[in-house]
Amino acid sequence: MRIACTVNGHTRVAENVWAGESLLYVLRERFGLYGSKNACEQGECGSCSVYLDGSLVCACLVLGGQANGREVVTVEGVDAAGVQQAFVDAGAVQCGFCTPGLIVATHDLLRRVPQPSDAQIREALAGNVCRCTGYAKIIEAVNMAAR
Amino acid sequence: MEFLQPATWEEALAMKAAHPEAVPIAGGTDVMVEINLDHRRPETVMDLTPIRELTEWGTDDGVLRIGAGVSYTRLIDELGDRLPGLAIASRTVGSPQIRNRGTVGGNLGTASPAGDAHPPLLAADAEVELASTSGTRRVPVREFFTGPKRHTMRQDELIAAFLVEPAPGPQQFSKVGTRNAMVIAVCSFALALDPARRRVGTGIGSAGPTPLRAVDAEAFIAGELDWDGRRPPSDATLSRFGELVAAAAKPIDDVRGTAAYRRHALAVMSRRCLAWAWATPPHLWGGGARSAPEGL
Ligand SMILES: Cc1cc2nc3c(=O)[nH]c(=O)nc-3n(C[C@H](O)[C@H](O)[C@H](O)COP(=O)(O)OP(=O)(O)OC[C@H]3O[C@@H](n4cnc5c(N)ncnc54)[C@H](O)[C@@H]3O)c2cc1C
Ligand code: FES
Ligand code: FES
Repeated sequence: MRIACTVNGHTRVAENVWAGESLLYVLRERFGLYGSKNACEQGECGSCSVYLDGSLVCACLVLGGQANGREVVTVEGVDAAGVQQAFVDAGAVQCGFCTPGLIVATHDLLRRVPQPSDAQIREALAGNVCRCTGYAKIIEAVNMAAR
Repeated sequence: MEFLQPATWEEALAMKAAHPEAVPIAGGTDVMVEINLDHRRPETVMDLTPIRELTEWGTDDGVLRIGAGVSYTRLIDELGDRLPGLAIASRTVGSPQIRNRGTVGGNLGTASPAGDAHPPLLAADAEVELASTSGTRRVPVREFFTGPKRHTMRQDELIAAFLVEPAPGPQQFSKVGTRNAMVIAVCSFALALDPARRRVGTGIGSAGPTPLRAVDAEAFIAGELDWDGRRPPSDATLSRFGELVAAAAKPIDDVRGTAAYRRHALAVMSRRCLAWAWATPPHLWGGGARSAPEGL
């Protein structure tokens, strides 16, 4: 099948897609956008977080065809330089595998809640798993980005 | 695998009639896990996300009719005041990413005994609207589940909506899990008070082959509560209510917990839910968004 959608502001088309491919697979393997990570493929880790029509979702849980005609923004296209810098400055990046998903999820939190409490940060990032940092630096980074 | 993408509700019903084997996909938070992990390889999937009607809700003769495709996030944001019990349960579902995508229609479709929407829908005596090209029927949620991951929906049918009264009184929900987010309930409990009719509704999750009501507990507590004076129920009354809820469960031992633990937790949760609901400030008795008090 054929999938046509807008990705980071550009129209992208993938031909001969197997109908069972996830949006995450389409983004990575068809469009060469490797920022969204694949770790669990079951919605548990959040490393594949993207915006679909402005809503934060796990790309691994969206069937490719469901993105047809819709607008996708990945970590490559999200306007989050301040969040990225805060993650670097706070030391919230170790292996970095979880970072793209956390950047998009943090961007989503800060556009909804510009000055979040620690409880709100924990709640908003509950679906993003990091195996390295222990989260303290991540929460610090979000607080820095919010300032 | 074939991918069907109806543009309208009529088209969706016609496609389902022509392809009864087609697996509907809404938020995909259950279906995609099965496809990705190769637990299921449907011949045909049918995307319901383009269908506008499924994402709409409205009030019909005083009853809320909520499209099967309304996400948990929208239920919380748009209906939290009218359906506080379902909203509390929705806040415990997965993560923001899952709540943005997951739907009550999908929860009903999966019909897991652990589905978090089910106990509040049971407690509020909601109905499921099923549709096919041959017509529409409404099934009470309490008759919808027939076994673990089984329900009364026919192969040619789709879930159009669920119907529920705006909360006529306080509602509560409680869930046990290893974390505050991203957990399948070890067990859960929902409570709905209907002061005008002097009725109490209950729903038990993840402690039986299907979500269950605690019918004897409902009758007992409705008779004991001081509906006019609003005096708090005695400890003995709360304990008896908890015992009757625990007795209504049909739990098993599994990886998430033992049957004995589930019964114990249900007795505790049901007592707490009742105490929280009864302590709802008077101006919120007509309904109103509330979450559990901190630390309980
Ligand atoms: C990481 C993660 C965490 C989760 N946490 C929770 C949790 O805390 N609590 C909980 O209850 N669930 C949880 N779930 C499960 C899931 O999110 C819910 O069951 C959700 O309600 C499914 O909705 P959906 O729209 O994504 O369903 P889908 O996956 O699209 O569909 C689920 C089933 O319903 C059918 N279906 C969907 N819509 C219709 C319709 N309109 N008519 C007929 N059939 C239909 C599908 O064919 C399928 O069988 C979690 C899932 C993940 C991946
Ligand atoms: S890869 Fe999508 S949530 Fe883990
Ligand atoms: S930095 Fe390694 S998983 Fe988060």
